[in-house]
Amino acid sequence: MTLDVDISKTLEAAGRRFTLRARFQSDSQRVVIYGESGAGKSMLLKALAGLVTPDQGRIELGGRCLYAQEQGINLPPQQRELAYLFQDYALFPHLNVRQNIAFGLQRGWFNPASRIEHATVRHWLAALELELVAGQMPHQLSGGQRQRVALARALAASPRALLLDEPFAALDPGLRQRMRIELDKLQRQQGIPMLLITHDKDDVEAFGDHLLRMEQGVLVDTALELKGVVHEK
Amino acid sequence: MPPTWLAEPAWIALRLSLKVALWATLIDLVLGIAFGYLLARKRFAGRELLDALLTLPMVMPPTVLGYYLLVLIGRHGPLGAWLQQVLGIQLIFTWQAAVIAAAVVAFPLVLKGARAAFEAVDTQLEQAAYVLGLSPFAVFLRVTLPLAWRGVLGGTLLAFARSMGEFGATLMVAGSIPGKTQTLSIAVYEAVQAGQDDTANLLVLITSLVCVTVLVSANKLTPNRSVQA
Repeated sequence: MTLDVDISKTLEAAGRRFTLRARFQSDSQRVVIYGESGAGKSMLLKALAGLVTPDQGRIELGGRCLYAQEQGINLPPQQRELAYLFQDYALFPHLNVRQNIAFGLQRGWFNPASRIEHATVRHWLAALELELVAGQMPHQLSGGQRQRVALARALAASPRALLLDEPFAALDPGLRQRMRIELDKLQRQQGIPMLLITHDKDDVEAFGDHLLRMEQGVLVDTALELKGVVHEK
Repeated sequence: MPPTWLAEPAWIALRLSLKVALWATLIDLVLGIAFGYLLARKRFAGRELLDALLTLPMVMPPTVLGYYLLVLIGRHGPLGAWLQQVLGIQLIFTWQAAVIAAAVVAFPLVLKGARAAFEAVDTQLEQAAYVLGLSPFAVFLRVTLPLAWRGVLGGTLLAFARSMGEFGATLMVAGSIPGKTQTLSIAVYEAVQAGQDDTANLLVLITSLVCVTVLVSANKLTPNRSVQA
């Protein structure tokens, strides 16, 4: 799936000014954006998901226009059909594992019932080995289980792509490598394109088929860099 | 004096007080959720000014509030005259006027509780729900409100207790008509003025019991009580 991004956004707060400038194209199934914290990675990811509106530019995913400032197109997050894995997973604390996974499957004004039976939920509970904790609340889960629930919730909605914000930062170092292997397997099985932002070199190694670097709000495409092309200002 | 003779007006006053407080609380709950959410989540010019204006009833003397209400909904007031002419409704000196007075006085308690409760909800959870495809209203009903509910309810119970005890503004706009607008707190005042100590004692006892019950319930609902301890 082709991702085509060219956006910029300026934030001003307390006399400080931060400008995000990102321009890249990728056909890769696994894109990693690497950079220090505060470099603007999260803002870029949120702009892709529609949670932050850029000042100008456009975003296209698989030939579908998600955002185009000139044409006045700005799909709300609900219509972008993307999955977003938050750094601390953002599981709904008032809903059990089953309800969390079913959350996006049930539209309307009410949350899924605590004993909801749904084929997709059953599938993901099994696929991520969550059957034993299906009735538990998020605060009762271990870090690895929480991440699995977040993945199941994200993938249950059959998204077009998976956006991951520092997916392993909240885990113990020992667990990180195991969850990397799990995500690696899951991504290959599902064949779902993913874009991961991280400040961890190990993530780059594991998932960085196409690596981009973010430095103080500016995105540098390492693939172009190698060919001696400097990203234009 | 037989106690049954005393019990009847006290019973009527209690029922009236409960009716007025329930309606006032219901109105405050709806408006408190709406304005609390607005103040907690939306950025607009004059946000803090609006908060201050809506909190004003907490610090202003109830008689001053009552006077404002009288000017507004009285027979010659802009709203009062309109209601009279268009709908044929006269609010002043009715139990509905007591509801309005109690609702205005108690409103800041719901608002403060609701705003704090909504602000405490992690916006990332709302964002996660948007990305999962839910409309903003569904996100409010399924994520924001359930997570803020305890704080909202705590403020609401306080507002109920405050409404039960409302005196000054109520007397100004609803008067003291026994069986019609004479609530518990006003009946206490009238009983003491008339030297009916037995009646006053009974009324005071009932009022205290109701208020203590409500406060204990409100404390139980205060969020994160165990965490802070």
